[in-house]
Amino acid sequence: MYVPEQRSSLADLKVGTTGKISSIELDGLLRRRILDLGILPGTQVQCVRKSPAGDPIAFRVRDTTIALRSDDASLIKVYPG
Amino acid sequence: MNGTVKPMTTLAEVCAEADALRLSSGNALGDAIVSDIYANAEEIARKVVAHKPQDKSAWDAKLDDILTSRLLGYPIMLALLGMVFWITIEGANVPSGMLADAFFAFQDRLTEWFQAAGAPAWLHGVLVLGLYRGLAWVVSVMLPPMAIFFPLFTLLEDLGYLPRVAFNMDSLFKKCKACGKQALTMCMGFGCNAAGIVSCRIIDSPRERLIAILTNNFVPCNGRFPTLIAIATIFVGGVFAPEYGTAVAAMVLTGLVLLGIAATFSVSWLLSHTILKGEPSSLVLELPPYRPPQVGAIIYRSLIDRTLFVLKRAVIMAAPAGAITWILANTYIGDMSIIGHLAGWLQPFGYAIGIDGFILLAFILGLPANEIVVPILIMSYLATGQMMEFDSLEELRQILLSHGWTWLTAVCTMLFCLLHWPCTTTLLTAYKESGSVKWTFLSFLIPTLIAFAVCFAVAQTARGLGLA
Amino acid sequence: MKWYQDTPCRETHGRVLREHFGVAAEAGQYIIALAGNPNVGKSTVFNALTGLRQHTGNWPGKTVDNAQGAFTYRKKPFLLVDLPGTYSLLAHTVEEEIARDFICFGEPDATVVVLDATCLERNLNLALQVMEITPNVVVCVNLMDEANKKKIAIDFPALEKELGVPVVAAAARKGEGLDALRETLYQVSTGARQSNPRRLTYSAAVEEAVQKLLPNVQRLVDHKLNPRWVALRLLDGDKAFLESISRYLDLQLNWEAPQEVAAL
Ligand SMILES: Nc1nc2c(ncn2[C@@H]2O[C@H](COP(=O)(O)OP(=O)(O)OP(=O)(O)O)[C@@H](O)[C@H]2O)c(=O)[nH]1
Ligand SMILES: [Mg+2]
Repeated sequence: MYVPEQRSSLADLKVGTTGKISSIELDGLLRRRILDLGILPGTQVQCVRKSPAGDPIAFRVRDTTIALRSDDASLIKVYPG
Repeated sequence: MNGTVKPMTTLAEVCAEADALRLSSGNALGDAIVSDIYANAEEIARKVVAHKPQDKSAWDAKLDDILTSRLLGYPIMLALLGMVFWITIEGANVPSGMLADAFFAFQDRLTEWFQAAGAPAWLHGVLVLGLYRGLAWVVSVMLPPMAIFFPLFTLLEDLGYLPRVAFNMDSLFKKCKACGKQALTMCMGFGCNAAGIVSCRIIDSPRERLIAILTNNFVPCNGRFPTLIAIATIFVGGVFAPEYGTAVAAMVLTGLVLLGIAATFSVSWLLSHTILKGEPSSLVLELPPYRPPQVGAIIYRSLIDRTLFVLKRAVIMAAPAGAITWILANTYIGDMSIIGHLAGWLQPFGYAIGIDGFILLAFILGLPANEIVVPILIMSYLATGQMMEFDSLEELRQILLSHGWTWLTAVCTMLFCLLHWPCTTTLLTAYKESGSVKWTFLSFLIPTLIAFAVCFAVAQTARGLGLA
Repeated sequence: MKWYQDTPCRETHGRVLREHFGVAAEAGQYIIALAGNPNVGKSTVFNALTGLRQHTGNWPGKTVDNAQGAFTYRKKPFLLVDLPGTYSLLAHTVEEEIARDFICFGEPDATVVVLDATCLERNLNLALQVMEITPNVVVCVNLMDEANKKKIAIDFPALEKELGVPVVAAAARKGEGLDALRETLYQVSTGARQSNPRRLTYSAAVEEAVQKLLPNVQRLVDHKLNPRWVALRLLDGDKAFLESISRYLDLQLNWEAPQEVAAL
């Protein structure tokens, strides 16, 4: 179940696991970018791989692969799903 | 037409109304609009798209696992770079020699014709010894490596490897407070720095875009590659047994490119902490699926479009440059040619940074196009030294040696070539893209200072240690 | 309801194209814009139609400038404009502004939206946005060969019905579907084929705000832009768009006024 206090973010997803977006706590241009890519509340996102240094992280969303820096990914909250 | 209504007032009024509505809904309308459009897209896709179950072969996921893996990600990038250079040098050797043979055989014929026609010596000098020979060198030294390098590079581009490079390198760029997409612009810079600078538009943050523009020059473009390859092959590689020559030359080139990348990172870091201060913004990078490259189209595109295009530019530049160099080298003021005087003035500066006055002069005269640096240098050497018949790649080395080249000269020339100021086309593009004289000037100043500083340090250290 | 003019003023149009977009159209040439997400094959389609060799590459962002190329079909001249790839027309990056302003103010006779068949959902997001700006849209679902490989099946008649604009399936790299695309472009540009683009459904809150704003917006933009779309952008608080629109409306007024005087 989704418990607000223990909210995890995209950055916490283990490689291979999925989550659904609960909220996007970014703002400005980046927020718009993320929304335009279809990363919206309720969208299912899978973490597919991390770069050699562990950052950025690549996510599978709507049949495309998008890489985000973990700083930014940590502001996109998810719930299990 | 409601030409009587002033549109600005109305627009401002409507805007105020819209703003009020937006605020009254807690500024959530923008998000709602995006979500709503996506909801429509989802609904349509649900109705019309059917994913048939497929045996998750997913070879591209496996490929990505390897190419971006913690252990192999960086080594593979390095190995690919080295391999591309090795193939380029190995493959270019024979055709370069053949082209040179053919061109210089034809030069003899040209000379015969000039003599038969009773042409004056100066005309033969300008046209054949200056112009034709300049062209011959550019074509035989530049064409084969480019004709191999470009298709290889385009192959990687078409396969979809470049975004993976950006993905792998982003953490380093982040440490310099720059953007991982800068890696993509550097890849474009391998083709041409001007094109690399234009491609900086993919970087959203203006600060990070400027950093990418100011540092693009540290990637050697196609105008400088042949110079680096030529020196690496005939000088550094030639020192070793021939069977290792190519490998050593490829290693030297790879090392140089790594050095250029190191310069990119250092300067990016420096800029981010001084005049372009700021926090790293974000990276949103799509990793497209690998697609099988179209070999035919790649070869056509890289040969006809890029190689011949670059060659055309080089020829257009090299022809007049060759002629002018010949005139400068053969017009005497006192008992020395003009070129001799110029090189003489530059000699102290050249010597301090491990090269000589002629090399420095060639780089200065090469400002319009890097392609013509080597031809100018050779022509000025030939015109000032004793005239020797010079018709194969090995003899290029003899010429350099006879003009006092040591290993230090070769190293410093390559370093200077890698790090020095951009060509005029690149500067012009930097001006167009940054829209400012200040940044354009910096894009000239930074590489120039670094080239002088690095070469000075290397030369003085080597001499201080008694190595050269 | 029809909000758009059937025949844009040709002379003004030529000037707007030339001075604001650097597009030099000859008289009588149909202008076709080529839009789409990054890396979906726009430049490949462009090359296939025009016979030019605009650079392509498998990474998003290869094209950053708009390129132009002409072709002739059924004795009619066309001018194709390859726009930078964008994920949306709502955000505020330079590329998106170029693409949006061209589609919106460049008044192309038709806009081809190239879609990637392997990720249709995200690509439809852009297509729907373009369809809100202009009804003269042709949807080209490219990379069909890749979709087939991935066993993705698309019901084209249903897609066409859902969208209300012509849809063409293509694999531009193999040259498949280009004849159909040319024919469709011909029909749409010459007005032989009228489309009836799907009207997007918005949530209640958005719809309500749009309705409140609509009467005033309608008066403001006259028949030059889709008022619904303008209302949505205003509600979105898109400042860059506001600048574009005021500049554009200004231009229209300044240029049309002398003509009216002359007509008197
Ligand atoms: N398999 C396949 N590949 C295609 C097809 N069309 C384009 N491609 C490839 O997809 C890649 C991207 O094509 P481009 O034409 O550069 O895409 P673009 O939309 O112009 O991309 P941007 O300029 O970055 O927005 C290239 O590697 C093309 O070779 C197709 O129909 N089938
Ligand atoms: Mg393109």
